[in-house]
Amino acid sequence: MKILTGNDLKSGAVTWWTGKGWSLDVNDAADIGDDGAAIIAREEGAQNVFAAYVVDGEKTAGAVRPAHIKERIRALGPTVRPDLTLKPNDPDAIARVV
Amino acid sequence: MYKYDEYDQQMVDTRVAEFRDQVSRRLSGELTEDQFRPLRLQNGLYLQLHAYMLRVAVPYGTLSSAQMKVLGDIADKYDRGYGHFTTRQNIQYNWIKLEETPDLLAELASVEMHAIQTSGNCIRNISSDQFAGAAADEIIDPRPYAELLRQWSSFHPEFLTLPRKFKIAVIASDTDRAAMRLHDIGIKMVRNAEGEIGAQFYVGGGMGRTPMIAPMIRDFVPLDQLITYSEACLRVYNRYGRRDNKYKARIKILVHELGKDEYTRQVEEEFAHLLTQPIEPPLAELERIKTHFADPAFEAGLSDELDLSDPDFALWVGRNTQAHKQPGYVVATVSLKPVGGIPGDASADQIRLMAQLAKDYSFDELRVTHAQNIVFPHVKKADLYTVWKALEQADLATANLDTVGDIIACPGLDYCSLANARSIPVAQKISERFGSAERQAELGELKLKISGCINACGHHHAGHIGILGVDRKGVENYQLLLGGCEGADTSLGTITGPGFNEDGIVDAVEKATNFYLEKREDGERFLDTYRRIGMAPFKEAIYG
Amino acid sequence: MGDVRISGRPTLQRKAAPAVAAACFAEGSNAATVRVEPGEDARALLPQLEQIERIEISFPVWTDGRGYSSARILREAGFEGDIVAVGDIAPDMIGHLQRCGFDAFDANKPIDPETVKATLERWDNVYQATVVDGRQAIWAKRHPA
Repeated sequence: MKILTGNDLKSGAVTWWTGKGWSLDVNDAADIGDDGAAIIAREEGAQNVFAAYVVDGEKTAGAVRPAHIKERIRALGPTVRPDLTLKPNDPDAIARVV
Repeated sequence: MYKYDEYDQQMVDTRVAEFRDQVSRRLSGELTEDQFRPLRLQNGLYLQLHAYMLRVAVPYGTLSSAQMKVLGDIADKYDRGYGHFTTRQNIQYNWIKLEETPDLLAELASVEMHAIQTSGNCIRNISSDQFAGAAADEIIDPRPYAELLRQWSSFHPEFLTLPRKFKIAVIASDTDRAAMRLHDIGIKMVRNAEGEIGAQFYVGGGMGRTPMIAPMIRDFVPLDQLITYSEACLRVYNRYGRRDNKYKARIKILVHELGKDEYTRQVEEEFAHLLTQPIEPPLAELERIKTHFADPAFEAGLSDELDLSDPDFALWVGRNTQAHKQPGYVVATVSLKPVGGIPGDASADQIRLMAQLAKDYSFDELRVTHAQNIVFPHVKKADLYTVWKALEQADLATANLDTVGDIIACPGLDYCSLANARSIPVAQKISERFGSAERQAELGELKLKISGCINACGHHHAGHIGILGVDRKGVENYQLLLGGCEGADTSLGTITGPGFNEDGIVDAVEKATNFYLEKREDGERFLDTYRRIGMAPFKEAIYG
Repeated sequence: MGDVRISGRPTLQRKAAPAVAAACFAEGSNAATVRVEPGEDARALLPQLEQIERIEISFPVWTDGRGYSSARILREAGFEGDIVAVGDIAPDMIGHLQRCGFDAFDANKPIDPETVKATLERWDNVYQATVVDGRQAIWAKRHPA
């Protein structure tokens, strides 16, 4: 699947396109097919996001996994600071990313 | 240390106001991201893998305790309770919000700090010897010259959109602690045959994907021509540096392609022309700056005796302190490399503690080193045990300066959007593998440097052992380099052979160090043995 | 879009005839307006400066800063005519253009006159002497002659 990520303009937070809006959780990411460029143009134009780009991913059992380790780390947070990731209480979160 | 006058203060205050205006234009949509990016970058604001990152300048690595305290407070108030000290002697915060940045910059300005030109294709923060003003081996304190250059390079209208970033280092001793020859311009303050102080210029060094050692292009620039000569170097670069390929845009490529002699000829020609222009500050300005760097009020006649009966203290003193020019004092380095820790990271509380200790015991002064540690430049030997005890309680007393545990590592793929592989976990594993004090002592001086991509922020080319993270089909892979060195005998490391995975690279480092222990002759450091016997036997030991 | 004046110098030349490329000019043209591209050596014009009334310095992209050096070089050589920055002129460049000796800019996207005014008025002081802008550097104020 193709998923779309960008950053929130004010906070810089990493966000993922859900089909309706933007979420901090990669598992909410929608398959955007070939619509990436159009969504980016519209959403960046409306200042809802910036620095947006499309990445490959796959969905299994409700979880969305970006294909490249860079976006998996981007989705979770720094692997060396589990306390600062989106899943601070999940002991397996980092192993799933790397 | 340097204190702002009304002009300096007005410059940073104006910059805060300007950036506040730029941010509001960005938030209102008047500026697109493409238009805003170069503006925020010239204010040290990056977009990283997880968030905005702000890099705060620490000019020539010197800080007052009040400044250090504010750096700790900012980590709490605007970030997530910590900061990361960098190989450019700066500090960066990883979780900054754009809308809060103008207020953060205003707080910095209240203690004479800023983030001006810590990024972008301009002259960056000027680095220097972290022991400046304290080292027993310097001919003069290099920082007044660095400050003169700081003011000249700040908002220089001709040089804000250079082909690429531009880094300057200034040193004043034969022992080069600032990797001077790996800078775009390295300046070494020297004394000529007549006993006058002047500047030796080395131009075209750098790391990155094409590492080069800067050749000397002039052995003596008089002090009343320092700015004019620098301006000539920059103008030739601005006009003729390559702009067709960002990977070939650094001045090292220009100097390499033109040849040192032709680049020098062009600089000399431009210099001769610029000498006709009244652009050089008077020597009185240098004298004014120098008064700020006068020695603190050292006590005379102090004893050099030190009670080393506490073995842990003795170990730390042996590893982390250096001779001071003043009897009865030492230079003490706080390692930000605890075993298994993140190189260069410090919590807000640790930052404030170091600020307080500097206030109480180091004449109000601290330094940031390019090896991502903190220095108390002037500690009375009689106070050293008290300082060490306080550091120990805050996990800041690791006795590993310049050993295999004192690893330089860039933020890598855990934070950086340019990185190809993580650096920090490799540093942590190596630091744990070689965690025992005995093992580190046995290996002696060993500089290990890790970069998570070819941009070489972790200085892997200059490590006795260097590690470069690469992306091999989406999997992190690590190349091993041997034989790099910064300093007076600068050399560039050579790749040993095929790369390794994360555990494999730790094993490979251990094989290399074991082989060194086996082969070393009396008093040889790892680097010395490598230089004596060469790559082939090491390669055999690592891959055989 | 037309010139926007940023220096205090009086206008010497209305934009009349199209500019001649510097490369052609050097071959013996007698045009009064010359265009200098980023990759061209402004010093090639020095022998004929007296014939030139207006020099347009091109900024195809605002992040290419070669034009600043070109302008300073021309002013340092004593050029008294108009120097105009043309092309991709961003609001935040305007102060730097003025400091390097430009009289005006002709931007391919309009810039709000209020922004121009605010940008030019923002910095009361400057750290360097560029000489060509006539401004006194901070170091000169610290050490009055």
